[in-house]
Amino acid sequence: MQTTIVTAKTVSTSTDIALSARSVSAWYGAKQAIRGVSLDFIKNSITAIMGPSGCGKTTFLRCLNRIHESALTARTSGEVLLDGVNIYDPEVNPVVTRRRIGMVFQRPNPFPTMSILENVIAGPRYTGMTKDPRELREIAEDALRRAAVYDEVADKLNSPALALSGGQQQRLCIARALALQPDVLLMDEPTSALDPLSTLKIEELMERLAADVTVIIVTHNLQQAARISHYTGFMLGDENRVGSVVEFGPTERIFTHPKDSRTEDYITGRFG
Amino acid sequence: MIAGDRLGSSRRVAGLAGVVLTGFCSALAAGLLILLLGYVVVQGWSAINPSFITQLPHPVGVSGGGVANGIVGTVIVVGLATLISVPIGVLTGLYLAVYGRGIAAELVRFLAEVLSGVPSIAIGLFAYTILVKPFAHFSALSAAFAFAVLMLPLMIRTSEEAVRGVPTSIREGALALGLPDYGGVMHVVLPAARPLIVTGLLLSIARVTGETAPLLFTAFGSQFWEVNPTNPMAVLALQIFTYAISPYDDWHRQAWGGALLLILAVLVLNIGARIALAGRTKKF
Repeated sequence: MQTTIVTAKTVSTSTDIALSARSVSAWYGAKQAIRGVSLDFIKNSITAIMGPSGCGKTTFLRCLNRIHESALTARTSGEVLLDGVNIYDPEVNPVVTRRRIGMVFQRPNPFPTMSILENVIAGPRYTGMTKDPRELREIAEDALRRAAVYDEVADKLNSPALALSGGQQQRLCIARALALQPDVLLMDEPTSALDPLSTLKIEELMERLAADVTVIIVTHNLQQAARISHYTGFMLGDENRVGSVVEFGPTERIFTHPKDSRTEDYITGRFG
Repeated sequence: MIAGDRLGSSRRVAGLAGVVLTGFCSALAAGLLILLLGYVVVQGWSAINPSFITQLPHPVGVSGGGVANGIVGTVIVVGLATLISVPIGVLTGLYLAVYGRGIAAELVRFLAEVLSGVPSIAIGLFAYTILVKPFAHFSALSAAFAFAVLMLPLMIRTSEEAVRGVPTSIREGALALGLPDYGGVMHVVLPAARPLIVTGLLLSIARVTGETAPLLFTAFGSQFWEVNPTNPMAVLALQIFTYAISPYDDWHRQAWGGALLLILAVLVLNIGARIALAGRTKKF
């Protein structure tokens, strides 16, 4: 964790791998949702995972911070390596792992009883990082700035988080995740519930974040994947709706020279 | 067209009859309640004055006096019952909401349901058997225990529903921040569920405040100031009972006064519950 290289901005040439999925499969009860997904996520880059509804992309994302298993009857197999350590190793505590792999959800989910400030510091405060009010305040301001929402909330940090607009709430949730200084940020269709302007703000913010965070975003929006990501993975469900990766590579190559005909069909709008 | 009209008119008559009948029954139900409240107010109003609320009961034959010790006793007994039942009720509800899918949970749920149907006098007897008889001493504590048992089913049910009502996305938000299970529950889930839990608590308190049967052989009653919960204690509901079955007019009047006080207290609790609930709807 201490070895995170903050200065590495040359994403396309870097081969440092922040997170690596090895044959990850997941089930809900007896129903298999994804099969044998293996992907490497390059440090400080944005990787988009796209695919039609029900292809298992969200399930896959939820395996990367072990939140999938919190659902009843949910099950996972395979490995996910964070800095070379398998987070599914029995020795590894999933609670601690989740502090290094932040997550932003499809719909903004600020904690309803907390103020804006309390939301942002919830992570550091309740995971025992620090209890010092001044330090927490600094963490909060820094996180809110990084999430490009500070200017809009600076004068009302103690107002209820739910009083913010949807787009502001989502950036607040991003700030909340950033307050823990995660190495990886998982984003599950973070703009699908937002208007175009809020979407734009979050896309711009993601590009800045990629300077020191590895961002993995699930989206069913092709344009979004093409606009913001350095790498793109395309997932598809088979006849039993079990999802797997069809193709993965640099975004530009995927969108201009897809190797798999199914990828080409998808990006040219023939289905999905 | 004509046939349709005839059918229409017979339907209209049936519809009108339905409206009249249901309306009449609703009016009857509301009217009975208003009548009851009105009667208590009319009868009890004359008994309520400063000395009624601040003085001890006077001996038979001496007019005046009040139920101050009963008011304090009610607060003590209900307060102790709340202290006992809140942790058990809320934690049980939490368990049922979070882990409540196995046979054990179903059993707890079923037992709580059965418990809610057990007559209060039976619960009083139970308290008498385990907390009065062994010590050969009536006590406010045994009454508080009986009340706590009476409060539990409602506390459990409302707490479970309150926790279940917290959206999954909120729970997952806590989980994704790397909060341990108890951290998420303590800092995120329970605060979000609090308005509903408070509502359930206030309704449970309202439910037991007027209970009398279990007090007969637990708190027992007292003519004196008593704040030690290990001693017999005056409780308002019990005083009403004692005064009402007495042959003295003055005591009858005081019984009505006490009844009015109790109804006012329950009214306040119910209004409080509604306010707590309104706070919730604003928040989500």
